[in-house]
Amino acid sequence: MSEQPNAATLSSPNAPVVVEMRNIVKRFPGVLANDHVDFDLRRGEVHALLGENGAGKSTLMNVLAGLYRQESGIILVNGKQVHFSSPSDAIHSGIGMVHQHFMLVPTQSVTENILLGLNKPRYLMRLPDYDKIIQDLGERFGLKVDPRAKIWQLSVGEQQRVELLKMLYRGAEVLIMDEPTAVLAPTEIDSLFNTLRSMLREGKSVIFISHKLQEVMAIADRVTVLSKGKVTAAGIPTQQTSRQELARLMVGRDVVFQIDKKPQEPGEVVLSVEDVYADNDKGLPALQGVSFEVRAGEIVGLAGVAGNGQSELAQVVAGMRLCNQGCVKLNGEVICNKSALYGIQRGLAYIPEDRTLVGSAPNLSVTDNVIMKAYRKKPIAQGWMIDMGTARHFAQDLKDAYEIIVPNVETPVRLLSGGNLQRVILAREISGKPALMIAVQPTRGLDVGAIEGVHHLLLAQRDAGAAILLISEELEELLGMSDRTLVMYEGRIMGEVRETDLETIGLMMTGTPLDQIQGREGVKNG
Amino acid sequence: MAEVTTKPSSSQPKGLPFRIRLEPRLEEPPSWFPALISLAAIVVALVFGGIVIFFSGGDPLRSYAHIAEASFGSIGVLSDTIVKATPILFTSLACVIAFRMKLWNIGAEGQFIMGAWGASLVVLWPILPAEASQWIFIPMMMLGGMLAGAIWGFIPGYLKAKLRVNEIISSLMMNYIAVAWVNFWIFAVWSEGGFQMTPKFPDNAWLPRLLDYAKSIPLLRGLTTHLGLLIGIVAAVILWFIIYRSRWGYEIRLIGDNPRAAQYAGINITRNTVLVLMVSGALAGLGGMSEVTGMVHRLQTSPIAAGYGFTGIIVAWLSKLNPLVAIVVSILFGALILAGREIQPSGIPKMIQGIILVCLIASDFLLRYRIRVVRNEEA
Repeated sequence: MSEQPNAATLSSPNAPVVVEMRNIVKRFPGVLANDHVDFDLRRGEVHALLGENGAGKSTLMNVLAGLYRQESGIILVNGKQVHFSSPSDAIHSGIGMVHQHFMLVPTQSVTENILLGLNKPRYLMRLPDYDKIIQDLGERFGLKVDPRAKIWQLSVGEQQRVELLKMLYRGAEVLIMDEPTAVLAPTEIDSLFNTLRSMLREGKSVIFISHKLQEVMAIADRVTVLSKGKVTAAGIPTQQTSRQELARLMVGRDVVFQIDKKPQEPGEVVLSVEDVYADNDKGLPALQGVSFEVRAGEIVGLAGVAGNGQSELAQVVAGMRLCNQGCVKLNGEVICNKSALYGIQRGLAYIPEDRTLVGSAPNLSVTDNVIMKAYRKKPIAQGWMIDMGTARHFAQDLKDAYEIIVPNVETPVRLLSGGNLQRVILAREISGKPALMIAVQPTRGLDVGAIEGVHHLLLAQRDAGAAILLISEELEELLGMSDRTLVMYEGRIMGEVRETDLETIGLMMTGTPLDQIQGREGVKNG
Repeated sequence: MAEVTTKPSSSQPKGLPFRIRLEPRLEEPPSWFPALISLAAIVVALVFGGIVIFFSGGDPLRSYAHIAEASFGSIGVLSDTIVKATPILFTSLACVIAFRMKLWNIGAEGQFIMGAWGASLVVLWPILPAEASQWIFIPMMMLGGMLAGAIWGFIPGYLKAKLRVNEIISSLMMNYIAVAWVNFWIFAVWSEGGFQMTPKFPDNAWLPRLLDYAKSIPLLRGLTTHLGLLIGIVAAVILWFIIYRSRWGYEIRLIGDNPRAAQYAGINITRNTVLVLMVSGALAGLGGMSEVTGMVHRLQTSPIAAGYGFTGIIVAWLSKLNPLVAIVVSILFGALILAGREIQPSGIPKMIQGIILVCLIASDFLLRYRIRVVRNEEA
């Protein structure tokens, strides 16, 4: 990707405002996702919406695209107030959104997907005619894709073009792109940017949601930064700002948490990750030569914006993902590319990112869920049988010790709140007295009290001499909890920090290696 | 170019001042609730069935009374009901264990037929001489039936585990192969005088029946209930223990509820897929053995391939995949089948079966959702 002179020339500060959002408030249970947010978009510009995960970017745009309804605040399109109750209302007003996860039917052709849900053609499909129309439309905007191709035959980049065509065909004047580059290869990113520029020339406007600084600098005219649901920078021109400034605006200024942590001398190396390469679910490289160590009695934090390989790393260590190259050792023993059981039997505990999809069996009882790893061992296992009495006692003890609020241990865990479910998982993992614990987003979606509880449990583990790898997107949590913090970006470790220098971390999280940052400062100072 | 499809929908629902809303239940209903709902569903189904009977010119109450009498009215018909229920019990158990792991074994029918063939092989190959004791014959035939059924379960299981072949299709197709296979043997190898059946098995190879003891207990005269029932009940109890009390059963339940959590817990899903389908096949095969040696006494396709494998699917669902409940539901289904022979028009019991099934499945919805009536202003 090149930081060539961007599209700023196409729009002027005097261009008419096409979309204006004023004082938008959107609340989810326990979270204020958008806290009186203002946003405006001018004709012919790319306006980037920058922020960490959970900052409220997607929520704001889902409001604009008619998927959510705001609790208060108004939306003006071309100066007129609008009320959207569905995405089709939004597209009627010329606003179309391309989601991160495409909504296409894999077995149908490009044209069929574009026509899906429209009233015309009504009875006969007359596909060849429409193929032609789609082809012309594609050529006009530089979106090359064969209208007759089936979706499953297309690459991710081509599928994205189909989504764009779908919106253009429906008459979208404003295109919202939700992290469009997250799924693309670098060359595809370039061609996407070219497409966006040709759309601007046709008078369209683009809202570009991203958390990657260099992309924002490359394509956007203006940028609005969101942090924890609030605007920290409103529509500043990209030419008048710098990556450093944006990084700081994005991660916020103040560390609120101060976590009491006893100083502790780390012990032996427990986990060592040596030059690991692995692919993600789509078969693209997710880890590209990751190496680090975690010692007994220390918490190592792993920072980074979601989707930079942290989840994959956790899965490789837990034995749930193959690593292509390199190796992972637990207490000197190779554990990667074995089974998940192999690690479990050697003292590996894993708090997965997804509590309901991976960490628990929703329709089984609390008892069944807490014995998930202990059921192979005495006293719960009695030969090939499970001693249900002992299992129930075990669950009862954990319920009391970890203050799991649940009527009884026979309750299915799908009825538990997020915080309680997380306690069930923590109770299970900690009760195995692990040598190594991998905790991925252990406090996501929990309220303050529950977060504190989880922190105390993790710190108690550290004091008990466990090695802990803490992966989180909450910087404050990471810096408060960890003895040292590694920053990951696109499958590589950008460097290690011990003190809380948010600007440095922000830059590392957006792709600048630590030695470069220090090198630059060296030049400045020297 | 702009192709606008819908007008902004601002219209409010008109008409009634209230609406009916479905809300997911946030709390577990009390333990008696599912039983009550199921009972209510059966009552509703009988009412619907009654309406249909009425319009087809019958008297609903008399028809129901007749059905009850024809299947439970005397010890004789009760015994017939149980004989009908026995094969269904086995196939439903086969489905229970497979469905617990969300493996959709549609092949209980074929596994059942293969079980009958496996038991016949012991008698007709002959693996045991005709004069061998009944108490050697029975375990050997059980083994033969279970092995043949297990092989028929292994094939879709292995294909599923190693090559991700959809087990619904493969197990279904295996049914046709099983019928053709048995046809080959009864036409070409074991045919009796050119008929499509094998010779009758020697008496030693019959499962003991109640009427065998009629000499000492006259009450048992004419009762054809055979040892298969007892084997089935024992199998159900063992299966209950496996599912709810064993480590393996725990693994099956965990995989069935959330395979990713099972993988996370270090459970080998591939191995369990093969194993569960083999056990499922073995149970269905045991049913085939019970039917051929307890009821038919010779291998032939017509009364053996009677769709028990498919009825087993329904029974397994109605029992909520609980092996002990399957015993009761199988007997109810045996009764409905028997009643089909007794009353006119003969479609009625089949239809009632269908209505009960639809109502029971639909009632499941009420366990997860509750119905609330809301005034429009509230919403």
